Amino acid sequence: MIIGPFGLHLVGQEGADVMHVAEFGVVMMLFLVGLELEPALLWRLRAPILGLGGLQVVGTAAVLGGIALLLGLPFPAAVAVGLTLSMSSTAIVLQMLGEKGLMKTAAGQSSFAVLLFQDLAVIPMLALFPLLAPAGAVAVAEHGSWADGLPAWGKTLVVLGAVAGVVALGRFAVRPALRAVARTGLRELFTAAALLLVIGIALLMQSVGLSPALGTFLAGVVLADSEYRHELEADIEPFKGLLLGLFFIAVGASIDFRLIAERPGTIVGLVGLVLVAKLLVLAALARVFRLSTDQGLLLAFALPQVGEFAFVLLAFAASLGVLGVEVTGPLVAVTALSMAVTPLLMVAYERLIAPRVIAGRGEERAADAIDDQAGVIICGFGRFGNTVGRLLRANGHPAVVLDNDSDRVELLRRMGLKVFYGDATRLDLLTAAGAHQARVIILALDSPEKNLELARLVQQHFPHLTVLARATDRPDTYELMDLGLTHIYRDTLDTSLRVGVDALRLLGMRAYAAHRAAQVFRKYDEAALTELAATRRDRSAYISLARDRIAALEALLQSDRGEFSDGQDRGWDPEGVREESRAGGLRPS
Amino acid sequence: MASILVLFAHPALEKSRVHRRLLDAAAGLPGVYVHDLYEAYPDFDIDVRREQELLLTHPVILLQYPLYWYSTPAILKQWQDLVLEHGWAYGRAGTRLRGKRLQVVTSAGGGAQAYQPGGFNAHPVTDFLFPVEQTARLCGMEWLPPYVVLGSHRMELPEIDAAAAAYRRHLEQLRDTLPVPAEAP
Repeated sequence: MIIGPFGLHLVGQEGADVMHVAEFGVVMMLFLVGLELEPALLWRLRAPILGLGGLQVVGTAAVLGGIALLLGLPFPAAVAVGLTLSMSSTAIVLQMLGEKGLMKTAAGQSSFAVLLFQDLAVIPMLALFPLLAPAGAVAVAEHGSWADGLPAWGKTLVVLGAVAGVVALGRFAVRPALRAVARTGLRELFTAAALLLVIGIALLMQSVGLSPALGTFLAGVVLADSEYRHELEADIEPFKGLLLGLFFIAVGASIDFRLIAERPGTIVGLVGLVLVAKLLVLAALARVFRLSTDQGLLLAFALPQVGEFAFVLLAFAASLGVLGVEVTGPLVAVTALSMAVTPLLMVAYERLIAPRVIAGRGEERAADAIDDQAGVIICGFGRFGNTVGRLLRANGHPAVVLDNDSDRVELLRRMGLKVFYGDATRLDLLTAAGAHQARVIILALDSPEKNLELARLVQQHFPHLTVLARATDRPDTYELMDLGLTHIYRDTLDTSLRVGVDALRLLGMRAYAAHRAAQVFRKYDEAALTELAATRRDRSAYISLARDRIAALEALLQSDRGEFSDGQDRGWDPEGVREESRAGGLRPS
Repeated sequence: MASILVLFAHPALEKSRVHRRLLDAAAGLPGVYVHDLYEAYPDFDIDVRREQELLLTHPVILLQYPLYWYSTPAILKQWQDLVLEHGWAYGRAGTRLRGKRLQVVTSAGGGAQAYQPGGFNAHPVTDFLFPVEQTARLCGMEWLPPYVVLGSHRMELPEIDAAAAAYRRHLEQLRDTLPVPAEAP
């Protein structure tokens, strides 16, 4: 904000150029969002997407459009303003909820559904806007599109045609092309192809006067069920991070301070008005869709800002003459400011609202009032932490449990468990949970990143605690090992081994032999893991060591199956002593 | 209902030559119920109630196992420790096993010469079975002379097959000469 063209002029006229480059961050993010959207997921979420998302857009557009109408805008302009402001920021909200580990909560899922509907709704909106243009208005070409000369219905057709084009292209041209590229086996080439794909679609959409972000979003959806999904994700991700950062800086830089300085009251008032209106609509919808009070409020506090698509829609509306600069100018500022206050709203929710709401249920106050301190703290009470907690409790060691899914917290409390709401990676919360007096802390959060973060925090601030950490796969096991942790539990290892044991039994193996085989397997695997952790940065050494270890383990277990055993459990094998006894007795000579 | 319960314990039956064939000889014999402890409890988590139920419903109990270090395989010790509860199997109120007959069926690698004074193992096999014998007595069970297969290290297949056939005959005889049970469990 400060370095922008309207501030210190550090970034002067080229601010617009920076913005154009940075917009690619949004373009890429939407491509990635699209990639995440498998048709199956869409189908599963159809009710919240269409219901909650649809009502959010329609409701918010009606309220804000109505206000615009009252403020003296003509009807088509009011519709455009309402629809534009109904958008929320996918970029900010998904990032924020992801970082806080809240995506799996009811509010997180609802937010995702609403944002998704909004992203999808941009398509018909872009198609609708030309129809709102006042007759005879001269279109100001923004990107010099050839479609500008066409009449309104023609533009609508072009828009729909372009969308269909992207879908067809993604289905029939891009996948075979990617397959060819992948066959070359060159990783760099694939990265380049992925970038080319995103940029190509963006330019194509721009040339027909459509939002490039939208085009790539569509392309992402089309490629979501392709086999290259994860490859594409991994390739685009770093560029996205970089450019998205730039985008947020550009958003700040593009705020026209003169405009705000001239009419500070108006702008701030508008920001407040928009935020409050959107918040109320969201809170009301959350109630209709039966979210619990705190989850509903979380949803409302996460989504009230105006999203990045508003920039696109405002520019588009201006170019069509639907809205004049006197309207779009302040609205751009409102959008940017509303995005800027989003993190503050979240902090307000976490610190002020959530503890009260949960306390208001007539139970102990959450987070800051953990009264009984125990010897063990469990962070994360999903399926994993839950089982651990029940075992401890049944044996007279009730743990202090921290979990940040308020619905789950409430449910477990009703079942009579002492569970406290809050983000376990917060130092003050850990202190309140009695980390200074406890002896053991169990890290059972669902997200490996959060577990790792928590492990570091605990080591730094509570070095006396013995840490038992849940890991999901090898990479995060290694990360935890790097911290010097010795109690690391891969969360599916035991279950998989049990399945293996049962399968062996069904295949005719003796129960105890299968049981022992799994014990040997496990011991070997853990030992190999320690060795592998040391070499994992050297890819070829890692692979060859891994291969050695697998072969050694198989040899050991196989040797044990034969009549002669030189491996495990030799004590139960009579062959050695038999030989000796046949050769003349066991007496030491 | 079977009258003979064979409690079988062998941690690595897949490597066994003798007990595999002895077990085959016993399995499927009418009136004989073979209960394979390592197969039922690979994690040593013995179901005490079920085991007691099996003891109650059989008048004759056989413990079949290879002699490991002059003693029983580990699971059979675990079984004794957990199943023969005070107040159930022994003690003033522990009378539930009284009158039942117990026999050990075991094998040893060494021959008869090894199991005698001055031999490699210095004692007859029956000496090494003394803890089990005393356990039976404390529970009020009748101790039958043990059925021992000696010299298994030097046995070849035909001899093992002969031992298995003899074991089968032994089981049949034991089953057919049973006294009528004093009381229904």
